[in-house]
Amino acid sequence: MDSYKLKATIMDEAAMKRAVTRIAHEILERNEGSSNIALVGIVTRGVHLARMIADEIEKIEGSKPPIGTLDISFYRDDVMRHIAPVIHATNIPFDIDRIDIVLVDDVLYTGRTIRAALDALMDYGRPKTVQLAVMVDRGHRELPIRADYVGKNVPSSREEDVRVRIVPIDDCNIVEIWEKTTTEGSEA
Amino acid sequence: MLSVKHLIDTYSLTADDITQILDTAKSFDPIVNARTIKKVPALRGRTIVNLFLEPSTRTLKSFELAEKRLSADSISMGGSTSSVVKGESLADTIQTIDAMNVDMFVVRARLAGTPQVITQNTDAIVINGGDGKHQHPTQAMLDLYTIREHFGHLDGLKVAIVGDLAHSRVCGSLAPALKTMGADVTLVAPPTFQVGDPTWFGCNQTNHLDDVIEDMDVVYMLRVQLERMEGAAIPSRREYNRLYGLSLEREARMKPNAIICHPGPMNRGMEIDAEVADCARSRILDQVNAGVLTRMAEMYLLLGGEE
Repeated sequence: MDSYKLKATIMDEAAMKRAVTRIAHEILERNEGSSNIALVGIVTRGVHLARMIADEIEKIEGSKPPIGTLDISFYRDDVMRHIAPVIHATNIPFDIDRIDIVLVDDVLYTGRTIRAALDALMDYGRPKTVQLAVMVDRGHRELPIRADYVGKNVPSSREEDVRVRIVPIDDCNIVEIWEKTTTEGSEA
Repeated sequence: MLSVKHLIDTYSLTADDITQILDTAKSFDPIVNARTIKKVPALRGRTIVNLFLEPSTRTLKSFELAEKRLSADSISMGGSTSSVVKGESLADTIQTIDAMNVDMFVVRARLAGTPQVITQNTDAIVINGGDGKHQHPTQAMLDLYTIREHFGHLDGLKVAIVGDLAHSRVCGSLAPALKTMGADVTLVAPPTFQVGDPTWFGCNQTNHLDDVIEDMDVVYMLRVQLERMEGAAIPSRREYNRLYGLSLEREARMKPNAIICHPGPMNRGMEIDAEVADCARSRILDQVNAGVLTRMAEMYLLLGGEE
């Protein structure tokens, strides 16, 4: 197993809060209000990020957009290599046809999760548009996918791990970079 | 990941394995029962052979549907359409199919132990779809799922399994799985149908349904295998119905929240009265629905992820 040590905290609680507020404004600006949008968070941290953004939108617009949760386990391209131990139920309690969907995830990296999420979403209906909001874009895309709303661009090395911590899964709202420590002689 | 490579029996499964199967099945529920597009690409490109050497309708169709819902490629072969009837040995049949590079066999066989033998003749993963009087693990998982959906848990529940226990692979897999999950199992049957070993998997045993029916959370009626009646194990259809059949009168004595299960196909008027099979307590059609969900979970968990 690779082990990691903390390198830096790149966003604190206040920075994340500001990013969420800005993303909420950008979503509303681009979609001309919240009347036709719904947020879909990718489990698990994307769901809580979606809730934070929805709360901000409610403060601005006075009404909260619908929120769904999406588990992409059954749509992954690496099912044969490993499967996630716990599968969280997908719950999209609204009709997504002709809706502007904002997919929400914590970190955008290779783009494979988003590819799977798009496939999963399309099995629920035909949204008018699908947009992507992430807290961190760390680069290293392996597919032609980009985010529409980004909390922070973080150029990172593949040897690093970018971790977004979100209440209530974690005890605080911060973004950290962890670097891999080479453990000599230890068998993985 | 499950602790077993193949699904042959339930007594090799840990409580954690069973919980994983039931939880995964639960996550398939909204996909299969609420969506317009009832399938996911999880097993795309995987090849599954349903080798049904004994006639089966509901188990085979349930597996076929589960395979389609997971996007696997599958073919079904029956005893009468396979070369087994031409005198080919089982090992040769398996190796022939295996040479076409399949990932999984689902096996239904008259002879107990057949799925286990097949594991020795292939690198593919094997699921037991019912072997003789031995085991029917996928039936047990759908039963546990159905029961857990109703009560929210399995531990501490009192479950009576009623009927032809000695000839029943359903009982053979359900009772150990229930015990593993902490349920209290009572086996109810005439002496000729009892399992024989009084300590079998720590289950209570009785010959009198009327003594226990008021205490039970689940009454699980087994099909009386009419083809076995020739041996005069039970005197008559009517007498069996009188002593062991689930009548409306017995149904009325059950606990308010208790449920009735049956693996099908039913002999209405024999082990279960027609009105009881359709009453509010009956979970018989829920069991059929759970069959697809749990079989999806088993195939997904066994075929996905080898690391």
